[in-house]
Amino acid sequence: MIKAILIFNNHGKPRLSKFYEHYSEDTEQQIIRETFHLVSKRDENVCNFLEGGILIGGSDNKLIYRHYATLYFVFCVDSSESELGILDLIQVFVETLDKCFENVCELDLIFHVDKVHNILGEMVMGGMVLETNMNEIITQVDSQNKMEKSEAGIAGAPARAVSAVKNMNLPEMPKNINIGDISIKVPNMPSFK
Amino acid sequence: MSDVVERTLTALPGLLSLDLQTGAGKLSSTSKLGNLIRSITELTSKHDEEKLIKRELAAIKEQVSSPNTTMRQMKETMVRSIYCEMLGYEADFTYIHAIKLAQQGSVLEKRVGYLAVSLFLNENHELLLLLVNTVLKDLQSTNLIEVCMALTVVSQIFPRDMIPAILPLVEEKLNHPKEIIRRKAVQALHKFYLIAPNQVQHIHSKFRKALCDKDPGVMAASLHIYLQMIKESADSYRDLAGSFVTILKQVVGGKLPVDYNYHSVPAPWVQIQLLRILALLGKDDQSTSELMYDVLDESIRRAEINHNITYAILFECVKTIYTIHPKEELLEKAAKCIGNFVLSPKINLKYLGLKALTYVVQQDANLALQHQMTIIECLDHSDIIIKRETLELLFRITNAQNVTVIVEKMLDFLRLCHEDYAIIDLVAKVAELAEKYAPDNRWFIETMSTIFTVGGELMQPDIPSNFLRLLAEGSDSVEDDRLLRTYAVDSYVSLLQTNPTKLPQRFLQVISWVLGEYSHLVDDLSPCLVIDLLVRLLERPAVASDTRSWVMTAVGKLSTGAGGGTGAGGGTAEGGAGLVQRVSQQHSSSLDTQLRQQALELQLLSQDPELHTRVLPRGAVWGSLEVDSSLSFLDGFVSEALARGAAPYKPPHQRQEELRQEKALSLEPYALSLPISLSSCSIADRQSPTLLSISSGLSGNSTELPHRAGSGSLKLEGVKRVWGKDGYLPQREVPEGPSILQEASAPAPQTFPQQGGALTPPSADPSEEDRDKQQLASSLFVGLSSHNSTCLMGKPEAPVPQRFRRKHKNTDSASASSSSDSSHSPHDAANHFLYSSLLEEGPASPIMLAQNSLAPPKRTEANGTHTRGDTPVLPTANGVAEVGDQEAPPSLTMANEEAPSPGVGRHRDPPLLMGGMKLVQPCPPHPAPRASTQSSAEGADPPQLPELPPEPDHLPPELRNLPHSDMAPLASDQSLSLSCCRVHREDALVLVLQMSNACGAALLDVSVELQCHELKVASLRGNALESLPAQSVRVCWYTLLMEAPHTHVMVTGSVSYREESGPSHALEISSKLSLADFLRPLVLSTEEYGKLWLSLSQDVKQNLTLLDPDGDPLCSSLSVLKDKLQLHVVDIIGSEGIVACKLLQGAPCLLHCRVHAGALAVWLRSPVPGLPDCLLYHLQRALQER
Repeated sequence: MIKAILIFNNHGKPRLSKFYEHYSEDTEQQIIRETFHLVSKRDENVCNFLEGGILIGGSDNKLIYRHYATLYFVFCVDSSESELGILDLIQVFVETLDKCFENVCELDLIFHVDKVHNILGEMVMGGMVLETNMNEIITQVDSQNKMEKSEAGIAGAPARAVSAVKNMNLPEMPKNINIGDISIKVPNMPSFK
Repeated sequence: MSDVVERTLTALPGLLSLDLQTGAGKLSSTSKLGNLIRSITELTSKHDEEKLIKRELAAIKEQVSSPNTTMRQMKETMVRSIYCEMLGYEADFTYIHAIKLAQQGSVLEKRVGYLAVSLFLNENHELLLLLVNTVLKDLQSTNLIEVCMALTVVSQIFPRDMIPAILPLVEEKLNHPKEIIRRKAVQALHKFYLIAPNQVQHIHSKFRKALCDKDPGVMAASLHIYLQMIKESADSYRDLAGSFVTILKQVVGGKLPVDYNYHSVPAPWVQIQLLRILALLGKDDQSTSELMYDVLDESIRRAEINHNITYAILFECVKTIYTIHPKEELLEKAAKCIGNFVLSPKINLKYLGLKALTYVVQQDANLALQHQMTIIECLDHSDIIIKRETLELLFRITNAQNVTVIVEKMLDFLRLCHEDYAIIDLVAKVAELAEKYAPDNRWFIETMSTIFTVGGELMQPDIPSNFLRLLAEGSDSVEDDRLLRTYAVDSYVSLLQTNPTKLPQRFLQVISWVLGEYSHLVDDLSPCLVIDLLVRLLERPAVASDTRSWVMTAVGKLSTGAGGGTGAGGGTAEGGAGLVQRVSQQHSSSLDTQLRQQALELQLLSQDPELHTRVLPRGAVWGSLEVDSSLSFLDGFVSEALARGAAPYKPPHQRQEELRQEKALSLEPYALSLPISLSSCSIADRQSPTLLSISSGLSGNSTELPHRAGSGSLKLEGVKRVWGKDGYLPQREVPEGPSILQEASAPAPQTFPQQGGALTPPSADPSEEDRDKQQLASSLFVGLSSHNSTCLMGKPEAPVPQRFRRKHKNTDSASASSSSDSSHSPHDAANHFLYSSLLEEGPASPIMLAQNSLAPPKRTEANGTHTRGDTPVLPTANGVAEVGDQEAPPSLTMANEEAPSPGVGRHRDPPLLMGGMKLVQPCPPHPAPRASTQSSAEGADPPQLPELPPEPDHLPPELRNLPHSDMAPLASDQSLSLSCCRVHREDALVLVLQMSNACGAALLDVSVELQCHELKVASLRGNALESLPAQSVRVCWYTLLMEAPHTHVMVTGSVSYREESGPSHALEISSKLSLADFLRPLVLSTEEYGKLWLSLSQDVKQNLTLLDPDGDPLCSSLSVLKDKLQLHVVDIIGSEGIVACKLLQGAPCLLHCRVHAGALAVWLRSPVPGLPDCLLYHLQRALQER
């Protein structure tokens, strides 16, 4: 089963964390830091699998990650999951995000944590892969979005803001996550690790 | 890219404020999130962030507690607190509001509420109870989205105790017209199954319906449940194998909607899931496996597109093919796939290839041989993960011949590795290999030193303690032990002399223990020097306090050496004693109480050499220390306390069990074959608290070895070694295996003539580097082919002496021989019976023996065939008639397996007397009280013994070959005599009643009635006869089953008959049966034993007297018990033995025996309350009688 799904940026700032097993608040933060520490020092041309850190259960668990522009998507899974399968699940997840947010970027994840969680909830439920059919996921999310639109705009505002940002003047938009990291100015990185 | 970032950041505030203007007051809350994020990005330090979040949390707190906050604002606040929580700041005051939001908000707000709940709370959080009503309401809602949300939250977190409240509603949703609802309902039920399997047991049939659902999504969701359930017990679901195969066929054949395609592969995740299920179902089951061959072939064939996801499917196929019953064609294809993986330039695939190799290498070592060059390359791969996986593979193929090379590689890796978890894992593996295969002392000690240095404080504490135990317990050869110990002392002294500062604490502890214990073995090592070295350790500030006490103890042990040397050694020894004095004084005022105490003890000991030798005897034999772990010395205290009315002690797990039973709603007992694997129960604590506590208790005892073995291995879930003598392996091996050995130095490609060029590593021109690699390869893979050949020839393991063979291995083999070799165990039984009959019959026996020795060989032969029971047509009647004519009845019990000769008899060989008991259950003849009194009364005069007519064996042929007791007389009068015998059938105890008509006329209307309240009695045949002809014998038999355990039961009955012209008579009979008659061996493997043990609740512990305390007490005691009580000795591990038996057609009882302090500590467990106690009684009897 999937133990945890973590998204953080190149500086280790968490953008989404979802744990399917119970850990204390502190442990969760340590897991995020440890995972970032493990994942961030990997080169580009090495395999996408890692043994989990001690906190998440050591060598029984695997970290399977993908790196998109500024974001790391990490799935912590136990030995019962297929590594390559999860690797492509991450791809499905990101593609779905991309379709839902129309060129997803890090800002989308920040402003729409709840929405991202909902999309994830359609794919993975209680640590089990529930749906891998992208169209089906989008249909579900859309049906909820319709309801959202009918309730008018609170959450629409940041969405509009972000899409305005996106449409300003970015001629070539890469397919997946692309826009930079807004916490880039934060110095003293070591203290964050 | 940085350009983009800057633009984004600068644009952000403006955009947000723009929103503010347009949206007016309603949007003010939105800006709060925006503001929060913006301010966080502007911060410069962690400290500032903390301050900011604190402020933010305060604001949130104020807002949520204000009565004027609308639900909409609440929702926005909730998103902010989710953000704060994600950053690691606790916002627990919002939890209750999240629940409120889920309860009262509109659909959209509800969704955020549910989301917050599932992110904030865990399964055991008390606030979760408040959610139950909301979930209930939403499940009944007509709004599909609300139902969906409720189901989602249920499958994420839900309090276990409240499942019954919503279960009916969730179940109902399985029939919902909407697929999405059905799918989520299935998922929710899966969650329930995981946390409370008992509660969903009744809806298993509905899972089947979900599996057949017309929507592929629902079907896919149900696969999760099935995978889980099949993992737990594959047998119950084998009937579904066909369905799964059909589904997979359809999926592979592209019958699903195109939507499910991913990169034009149809539903790959469903395929993977199905393949896993098939692997579990096909394991160890040929017929089920045969169903799958086609579809597996098809899957491999279709998975051709060059994409990640097809490789995922291929990998799964390979695993399945190697798990199920083998089929050659498929294996070849699978091997080719593995080859493709390993040789792939894509690093992910290479990784998987190595993983697959690790998985199959134990069955098919040739595959590793084929890829040896690639494996060598992977050892030097830049990716550390690939290296790790390669080492894992090498660990699997380690043997005595390549151990040095492989361990060297592992240590190289360890020295460069900085990941704690990798170090822990690898250090344990190296230690295991070193202990198993060490070629010599020097290597072993040095390797262990490296392990201790590298492993440091990280390694498992059992590594140093195992090492010390190995040193201490020693092996069979005293000389070997001495050399090993001396070498250890030497190397540690030199280590301390050079650079002790960097040594980790654990290593220092090991060093000080070894020096304290064994430095006297080294002749030219002055104790003063050692003490000096140790004392210097004490002075180092970096040495931890518990290490200090190890050092102190060592100094204490050495102080006599120093003191005692005064006479012989002169000045130096004086120095030693002085040093000890100084140290003890120095630390006698230490602030560390432990250290101070030890210093004071040391002071006393060093002043009193006599006391010292008594307290710390030099070279004390390991194991002579008696530790009474059963705390029997407290028995008096306990019984006093009990007499005063204290409650009897219950072990923790029993207490918990009782507690659980009190609390639990469902009282249904766990099924016997509780399908928990040991590894799983440590993770998922959903079974019962007992399991956890027991598992810890158990791992300390009997199953320690299997546990450890298991912990180091991949979780392959017992892949059976299906490649037997005539299986798949040999055909490949014959050409390849040996050639590798011979041509180790030749270029590798030549050794694989059959392989396509693509597979063979390109080494056409063997450059210098290549040659190095090939040399490495030959040293790494050296043992493999020989290992194969042993499989091939069916010969025992190559004669590689295992170096550090612990002493107890002997007992192991002895027990194996006693259980396998039939000539041994009857021997014991015979001995036993000899003695017991001696006791019972007193003076008669010597005469009987004399008679035996005279017995003609022919007769014994007849009996011999009878006992062996291997000839269908037995000459029994004749033989017995002869016997009856010639000799006294005791000879009836005579038979000898080992071609009897009078000479043997003259030596009073017990088997001769009692050989007949090989088949006969060797328990004391309970049902013959009269017979024994008779024989004791008349036994002094053997010729008179056959007062009763000799009893020919009238057992029905189908019972004759079963183990049975002698015919024992029950009752008789002038016309009818009754005797009975007990036959141990596999499924029941058969009581055979033999009626012989002694008078000249036929007896009419003979009917037998037998009753016993404690037993289940069934008459099989012959309990009513119309007539019993004169001088004839008839038998009738009853099958008896014991339902509730009793130590003994009385069977009473009567036989009534009528003489031809006379009145009717009745004879009363009674017979006493013991529990032992109803026990049967329970044959299971150690692993099964471990599982079963955990699932049993009733337990009893007791110390019993040991037999044969000088020789091998455990083995001899166990074999006595085994023979007397029909137990099955599962395994003997060192001083512990595990034994299993079962009550006929009923409950198992497991015994864990341990030799301890001259007694046999027995721990019995069973699901039935009385069984352990009753069995214990018989165990005691059995051992006392001996």
